Amino acid sequence: MTNLFVLQLLNGVQLGVLLFLIAAGLTLVFGIMDVVNLAHGVLYMVGAYLIATFAALTGSFWWGLLLMFPAAIVVGLVLEVLVIRRLYARSHLDQVLATFGLVMIANEAVKIIWGVSPLSVPMPELLSGSVPLMGPLQYPVYRIAIIAAGLAVALGLYVVVNHTRIGMLLRAGATNRTMVSALGIDIGKLFAIVFTMGGVLACFAGALVAPILSVDTGMGESVLILTFVVVVIGGIGSVKGAFFGAILVAVVDTVGGVFGPIWLRSVLDPSAAGQVGRMLAPMLVYILMAVILFAKPAGLFGGRG
Amino acid sequence: MSRLEIRHLQKAFGALKVTDDVSLIVEPGELHAIIGPNGAGKTTFIAQLSGQLPSDSGDILLDGQSLMARSMAERVHLGLARSFQITSILPRFTVLENVALAVQARMGSSFRFFAPVAEEAALNETAMTVLAEAGLEDRAEVMASALSHGEHRRLELAIALATEPQILLLDEPLAGVGGEDAEAFVARLKRLKGKITMVLIEHDMDAVFQLADRVSVLVYGKIIATGTPDAVRRDPKVREAYLGEEEEAA
Amino acid sequence: MAETTLTDTRPARRPMAGRVRAAMILFAIFAALPPVAAAIDDPFLVLIGTRILAYAIAALALDLILGYGAMVSFGHAAYLGFGTYAVAVLSSYGINDIFLQVAAAMIVSALFALVTGAISLRTTGVYFIMITLAFGQMAYFFFVSLSAYGGDDGYGLRQRSTVLGSDMLENDFTLYYATLVVLIGLFWLCHRIVGSRFGRVLTGIRENRVRMEAIGYAPFRYQLTAFVISGCLTSVAGVFLANQAEFVSPAFVSWHRSGELIVMVVLGGIGTLTGAIGGAVAVLLLEEVLGSLTEHWKLWFGLFLVLMVLYSPHGITGVFKKLGLGGTKQ
Repeated sequence: MTNLFVLQLLNGVQLGVLLFLIAAGLTLVFGIMDVVNLAHGVLYMVGAYLIATFAALTGSFWWGLLLMFPAAIVVGLVLEVLVIRRLYARSHLDQVLATFGLVMIANEAVKIIWGVSPLSVPMPELLSGSVPLMGPLQYPVYRIAIIAAGLAVALGLYVVVNHTRIGMLLRAGATNRTMVSALGIDIGKLFAIVFTMGGVLACFAGALVAPILSVDTGMGESVLILTFVVVVIGGIGSVKGAFFGAILVAVVDTVGGVFGPIWLRSVLDPSAAGQVGRMLAPMLVYILMAVILFAKPAGLFGGRG
Repeated sequence: MSRLEIRHLQKAFGALKVTDDVSLIVEPGELHAIIGPNGAGKTTFIAQLSGQLPSDSGDILLDGQSLMARSMAERVHLGLARSFQITSILPRFTVLENVALAVQARMGSSFRFFAPVAEEAALNETAMTVLAEAGLEDRAEVMASALSHGEHRRLELAIALATEPQILLLDEPLAGVGGEDAEAFVARLKRLKGKITMVLIEHDMDAVFQLADRVSVLVYGKIIATGTPDAVRRDPKVREAYLGEEEEAA
Repeated sequence: MAETTLTDTRPARRPMAGRVRAAMILFAIFAALPPVAAAIDDPFLVLIGTRILAYAIAALALDLILGYGAMVSFGHAAYLGFGTYAVAVLSSYGINDIFLQVAAAMIVSALFALVTGAISLRTTGVYFIMITLAFGQMAYFFFVSLSAYGGDDGYGLRQRSTVLGSDMLENDFTLYYATLVVLIGLFWLCHRIVGSRFGRVLTGIRENRVRMEAIGYAPFRYQLTAFVISGCLTSVAGVFLANQAEFVSPAFVSWHRSGELIVMVVLGGIGTLTGAIGGAVAVLLLEEVLGSLTEHWKLWFGLFLVLMVLYSPHGITGVFKKLGLGGTKQ
């Protein structure tokens, strides 16, 4: 039982750091630019497809990962310049429609370019296999690597946000947009950088997860809405909120999904518990969101409502 | 009993105390003006009284009853209405509809889903009476956004009056109004005096000293003097903090 | 959200007569469709038509809060789900009467809207959009988890709903006209709501929330009421969709469906009611036409959306107003 719990907890943290990588960019785009971007999940999917392509071309996961980054920067910049940039001054409704259109375009474009059958990315030799954790418990090295990479990015972002000039602008911008423009900063450039950085992080998350998931067109969708939940729970504009929100959501989702039914079986008869458990497990994070928002409408770390 | 009593009201934005331990008593029927230099916290004070902004601490009593836990809408139903410094109307509603909505808020339920509201004679007639008093009856069917600035200011006041307040909080009703329009506006406020208790924020000193029964001077969130217009004018503290400043500037 | 300034002289509610007339013309065209379909021997048209009418009901219901309340709900597909599954679940227990099914759909929808609306409406703007989207997704997963009704794969209906014991809806033409009658009835209902005391307060809150509070209205109560009404009416569309498709599945509840509903309302012109119906027709016909031309029709539809938003100075709403395609006349 303890072993299962530790295993699920680790899986939760692993999903959490991935969600954080996606949510970090999204929360800044929402917070600083006040743009609803439904197309953020698309970038996660594109990251996975990019690494799949480059890894297949070069025959190496590592080269694939390395080549993914410049390609991701190009994708982010192109998206910003062609579409997102023109949406800053628009109503939320216009932003919803345009980025919804982007999602449709991207999903179909991916199908046209890469076909409908899922791709797979080979696990790098160096990170394959499992390590003993405690007692008989084994855990895959690759998942540990994902956790490590995610935490490293989180640490890096923490330093950037709290100890650099651009970080100061980001924090100021997330709470008070007009102030940033009053400081004489080139807002257009700052937004382009933030959006592209956020896009690259989402692509990175997609690339990281590619060896352990099948790469297909639906992958951005399920993650997108989970990321929204993370951003809303953490508080829009807060990178710290995105981190704790992501870990919380992911742990509740994975651990709750396994232990909820087990706990239910102790209070209900087995068949009813199974049915209720199957029903409740996927709804758990949304119920969590509802409860948190009921208590704190602006999220855990949110300044603005 | 005083109509409106404010006790040790506080409001801070971060380290900045915008309303700093303000206590004030407004007597029934009185027109109480609040003056002070720009940035003194006058609009914040009105926002706190009306319930638009929550207060950090202190108490606001209307006829002895605390308003602190009441929402803006509830305070209106208790008889506390306000006008806005920057005209706040429904631009795509007609002038009549703007006022009729205010009348509707106190006349019967708004949870009526079927009967056409535009055909409710009681609402429209009451609204027309209010508009006639404001000299806007000819403009009733015009889109509110099409009014001139002076007319906007009159509509702003008319909407507040349509809620039939016992106390009216006026946030710079004369802002941007000049010449004859201003004179007419002052005359209108004079006619309302005595019927409705008013708290008036105004920069136009001529208007303030013509209208006010008493004047309070708010500087950096603190009331530094309260008294009759003449007493306040003579108060050396006030001259130093406020009036003197203006004379220098002029 | 609806940003208005003092220089904006467009009336909040355009003259009703022109809009109602436009709706009448649409209804007349709808009424004429089945005979035409019979004449050209294409009964499939009637089924497509029923689908369009059902979505028009949903778009109409969404316009009530999106257009008149400036509430961008991105989770309205949930109510299509409650409607469709009310038919599936009740009929599996032998309850086929459409009135009972509609009642059940509305009760569940009202409860869901009441709870999720109460939480969502404590926030505004971006938050509101994301939270409604998340609750919509919660409903989606709920329907996926209904393994007794096929889970992801959906569930085929054994029969269509009955009307007071009669199986008249088994006839495609009757189903079509029944849907049309309901659409007309709900249009009339929404038209009355918009022009009522309640509607005026709702529109006022959209225009200037603080002003409405300052004259004594607590916006939350009115917005929540509108949200619940809109959810209930949307579920009616679900009941007819289930009957049209004779099949229910979580696909009705996907967030893409919610997005399409918003597109319908906006394309037709928000806050006009008639426009929502026109928008439903336009979007579904566009899908049919694009779909017959290419399997990647979503690419072109998406491109159309993006270009529309980018190259119209006032957003999509602006273009259609200019083209006079809002189903209304100034």
